[in-house]
Amino acid sequence: MIVAEKKPIEEIIEGIKDYQKILIAGCNECVTVCEAGGKKEVGILASALRMYFMNQGKTVEIDEITLERQCDHEYLEEIRDSIDKYDAVVSLACGVGVQFMAEKYPRVPIYPGVNTRFMGVTEERGVWTERCQACGECILAKTASICPISRCAKRLLNGPCGGSTNGKCEINKDLDCAWQLIIDRLKALGKLEDYEKLIPIKDWSKDRAGGPRKVVREDVRQ
Amino acid sequence: MKEIKTPSRLEKMLASGHLAVTSECGPPRGSDPEDITKKAELIRKHVDAINITDNQTSVTRLCSLASCIHLKMMGIEPTLQMVTRDRNRIALQSDILGAASFDIHNILCLSGDHQVFGDCPNAQNVFDIDSMQLIQLVRLMRDEGNFLGGDEIKRPPRMFVGAAANPFADPFEIRVPRLAKKVAAGVEFIQTQCIYNLDKFELWMKQLCDRGLHEKVYILAGVTPFKSAGMAKYMKNRVPGMDVPDDVVKRMAGVPKEKQPEEGINICVESIQRLKELKGVSGFHIMAIEWEEKVPEIVERGGLYPRPEIND
Repeated sequence: MIVAEKKPIEEIIEGIKDYQKILIAGCNECVTVCEAGGKKEVGILASALRMYFMNQGKTVEIDEITLERQCDHEYLEEIRDSIDKYDAVVSLACGVGVQFMAEKYPRVPIYPGVNTRFMGVTEERGVWTERCQACGECILAKTASICPISRCAKRLLNGPCGGSTNGKCEINKDLDCAWQLIIDRLKALGKLEDYEKLIPIKDWSKDRAGGPRKVVREDVRQ
Repeated sequence: MKEIKTPSRLEKMLASGHLAVTSECGPPRGSDPEDITKKAELIRKHVDAINITDNQTSVTRLCSLASCIHLKMMGIEPTLQMVTRDRNRIALQSDILGAASFDIHNILCLSGDHQVFGDCPNAQNVFDIDSMQLIQLVRLMRDEGNFLGGDEIKRPPRMFVGAAANPFADPFEIRVPRLAKKVAAGVEFIQTQCIYNLDKFELWMKQLCDRGLHEKVYILAGVTPFKSAGMAKYMKNRVPGMDVPDDVVKRMAGVPKEKQPEEGINICVESIQRLKELKGVSGFHIMAIEWEEKVPEIVERGGLYPRPEIND
């Protein structure tokens, strides 16, 4: 999933402080799972903002909604009839949702309520860690299903570097060395000799480096 | 004598079977060329080549290439250290050609320390390729005379290709396979991490020789003298991938403060004397960090002076 973190409320207030009617829009997908932008967080943020504006002696109307998704036309259409009532929207979806809503409703300012961090997993409640950087050409078959691009601080394809110590990364003792994990798993799979296969220079053109990406599937296109 | 592939004097020294001696200078955090030339002058008679570090520990400094050119103008053979942290494949190839245009004949291919350790922890890093792939890239440019994109290079670089190896980093069991991988990528000489745990280093060398890797790559054993017991403790506890055994720290701490620099040199010289005899060791890389003036003493007491004459 896409993992996000709530933005500091001061930053959100700075963006919306001059508006009178504001919609807080959550998303029922990834940001709900990582507890940053689902229905619960929409309620908490709306209450906190109401309290803030009341203390400031301002009359600001704050409504709440949580859409099934903010990255699909279908769900964003649900607010078409009501959106013009608002001076601004704070979207608690990831950066994808914020942008898609803005594309759809060009006359309404849409503010981000979360910082989108990465694609990752819930290791345990309250702990999320990165697993994928969408490089566009998956190499997991060569690295024992552990991704050095997203999990090695230097994204070394033929690691580990000389800084790997006791299974941890040189930049942070709490961070696993991806290459230690790869080697441990190669060993468990009885394929340690695969480590010596050189992974060639990567084609980054399918990564961010190649410019904004697009996938077109003619077979499913309507 | 092994086949010589480049005009590098370091390569000739190694190929002729002499124990080679290299050292390194860190460029200044400013633009005064004397900061490099003075250091180099101190050690030039005692070493075969001098590495210039490339923004080591990610602290911004005068660039490695320009520093190498200063050495070249003094008639000293430089080894260009190049990290993949700060340059993509376009910049790397371009800098390699730049170095080749000044007839810089040695290169050390590194990934580089992570930028979090340096003065710009908020920087983007590049890591378009890794150190292993940089070795392949230089070999491609030199041996095939081609750019990575396939086009022909006019007057290709003629560089003796080196890399680093850390016998002490984890996991230990892949330290020799990792070296084998660098050899397969085309590396010709290795400068190791600073050696304080000689037993572990000897074990690594034995495994390496068992695989016959010592016949495919020259290993220069890395040594760094401690200036103080504090430095020994710091290296032990704070520097990632460094293995400083307790008895070495104790030995440094066991002498009065004013005698500690001398003790540090003694340990370094003893290491050289022991490792000189070790099968597979082809020379030494002496990293006297901001203590270059001690390199001549270490080389002389290590029995590595005078340096053999090599005809260009």
